[in-house]
Amino acid sequence: MSAGASRTGRSLLLLAPLLLFLVGFFVWPLISMMSQAVSDPAVLRLLPRSAAVLADWDRASPPTMPMQAALIEDLKAVDDDQALGDMVRRLNSARSGFRTLMAKTTSALADTANPPADLVSIDQRWERPEFWLAIADALSPYTDRNLLAAVDLGRNAAGSIEHLPADQSVNRVILVRTFWIAALVTFACACIGFPYAIIAASLTGWKRDLMLGAVLLPLWTSLLVRTAAWFILLQEQGLINDLLRWLRIIDAPLPLIFNRTGVIIAMTHVLLPFMVLPIYSVLITIPKNLMPAAASLGAPPWRAFLRVLLPLSLRGVASGSLLVFISAIGYYITPALIGGPGDQMISSIIAFYATGSANWGMAGALGVVLLVATLLLYSVYARLSADEPGRR
Amino acid sequence: MKTVFQSGMLTAAAIVLSAGLAAPSLARDLTIVSWGGNYQDAQRDIYFKPFAEKSGKPVLDEAWDGGIGVIQSKVKAGAPNWDAVQVEAEELALGCADGLYEKIDWDKMGGKDRFLDSAVNDCGVGAIVWSTAIAYDGDKLAEGPASWADFWNVEKFPGKRSLRKGPKYTLEFALLADGVSKDELYDVLGTEEGVERAFKKLDELKANIVWWESGAQPLQFLASGEVAMTSAYNGRITGINRTEGKNFKVVFPGSIYAVDSWVVLKDAENKDAAQDFIAFASEPDNQAKLPEFVAYGLPVKEAAAKVPAEFAKDLPTDPANLTDSIALDVDFWIDNAETLTQRFNAWLAQ
Repeated sequence: MSAGASRTGRSLLLLAPLLLFLVGFFVWPLISMMSQAVSDPAVLRLLPRSAAVLADWDRASPPTMPMQAALIEDLKAVDDDQALGDMVRRLNSARSGFRTLMAKTTSALADTANPPADLVSIDQRWERPEFWLAIADALSPYTDRNLLAAVDLGRNAAGSIEHLPADQSVNRVILVRTFWIAALVTFACACIGFPYAIIAASLTGWKRDLMLGAVLLPLWTSLLVRTAAWFILLQEQGLINDLLRWLRIIDAPLPLIFNRTGVIIAMTHVLLPFMVLPIYSVLITIPKNLMPAAASLGAPPWRAFLRVLLPLSLRGVASGSLLVFISAIGYYITPALIGGPGDQMISSIIAFYATGSANWGMAGALGVVLLVATLLLYSVYARLSADEPGRR
Repeated sequence: MKTVFQSGMLTAAAIVLSAGLAAPSLARDLTIVSWGGNYQDAQRDIYFKPFAEKSGKPVLDEAWDGGIGVIQSKVKAGAPNWDAVQVEAEELALGCADGLYEKIDWDKMGGKDRFLDSAVNDCGVGAIVWSTAIAYDGDKLAEGPASWADFWNVEKFPGKRSLRKGPKYTLEFALLADGVSKDELYDVLGTEEGVERAFKKLDELKANIVWWESGAQPLQFLASGEVAMTSAYNGRITGINRTEGKNFKVVFPGSIYAVDSWVVLKDAENKDAAQDFIAFASEPDNQAKLPEFVAYGLPVKEAAAKVPAEFAKDLPTDPANLTDSIALDVDFWIDNAETLTQRFNAWLAQ
């Protein structure tokens, strides 16, 4: 009994680095990203007095004196520039103009020699309810604002959910596009990778090594380098177009770059190893004598393929497809360099919110949407693969 | 059991030993971050390497493509791995308001009077005055575009166009192409109708635009003939003409200029060395070397006076080039960048 317990203890100890790594570099970042999407403390933390006063406001009339006084008190009490920055960023994201408004206001309040009577005397914009509405809406510690905006929804002044106007609605279109491009790439990878893996698995010796090397070598090359290489190949005066024109197959250059064609070609090449390797690893476990056996029982080659090899290798195709698809939906560099404006995927929007505007809430919310969609797909895959012929 | 214990002790000793040995070398070298491409090549030759020799310590340099989120995440995580960074005016304003930068020691820089007014900030020292302008290949287009209206005219000048991906500059250029005068530009853009007008004008050209994101891309597009004309950072155009013998032209009328500044990230490990470096890069004699490589205007007045006439004529700060240029409205963009980017992305996806 105690021997068993100590064995469990020892294996846990051996696993500890892995578990710690997973918690530190996967679970914790994931949870903190998801919490970024819904937590909204930046404004409430700095404006407690205003929060109390704004609770009684009717959300439509011009600001009252107590409201202004409370906000002045709150702003005077702020002594942390970075916290102030977080608040202003949050407010400016809801209502453009807060950046300059707050800068002007805080510097006027810092001037103790001639203190301003009220906020409106500092800037006329403080008279407009929209700005106060933005503050009032930012005063609860949790918000669904980012998650709603991630799927092009928002709350109107009355608080009910509605579609955002068309000129702000971009995420759904891009999400659908992301999944569509990923599906096309997966399909293309399967079409190329499956026959490739079959041939590679049927060979021996240096021929097999060569074929596998041809797949593995690109995998060891930087993604950026491979994308840049495709850029050189695909451009209008690039190798492919020059060759085709030299062969007089075409007169005008084919549009291969800055469009969907280029993105699919480059992404398929980049992701092909993730399709070939799983299929190959399944194929080499299939006994070599099954196909001759089928032939000896009178099956023509295509029938032997359909009834024997295909069903046995489907598991590899399925896991390869899953790998390729899930990698593809996160692609950013390849569409950015090879694609046109109509080929940008959701990562580019996430990157804008994260690096361009430091709006981690929106970046997190889009990440959550992507994660949920991926998990849904994965559960479909898990259900399908549970009925795989390999188990029979 | 004993051997396990022994090897455990050995490992622990090895770890302690290596940590102890590694500790002194853990100090990070001064890391300077700029905008890459031929601009940074020039900076490396005239600033980074000479400063490393002078201080006797190695200098690392990295390139970035901007974005306040990058800076914010580095500073908030604590112990940023960059020290001195060259930022655009917008990132300077945002980061300074948010406390992401160290305050500049202006005595070290030789006093504020040494610089153009627009190059002086609590958190930043002006590094260059640069323009975003139309550029085209003079060898391919004998008679090139003279204005943004020409840039939009695909019948007179067939071929693709390239613009920096994002609303900043793009919306301004669209309004200029639509006939808005440079004095009214930001007043018009400040209204809902103005923004709509800009997007409408962009609709006309949308099918012909290839978007660029990093400053080296428009040069590649022009060189490969992928586009007939592009917006580009003026200094790089002049730079590539000199280093690679190209005949690219810059159209200054309708260009938008801004000041890029050196900042020091808050609590950076080498913040003092970073300020020393900025002072070094602001020495008139050092700064005056820049225009020979890339044609950016110099914020140090004494340095600007030292630039030979043959190089001075290519600078955005040259009076002839400045006449029909426009200063970027930083306040407008710090207020509106996020909303307009969202709208720009929506427009792009349509």
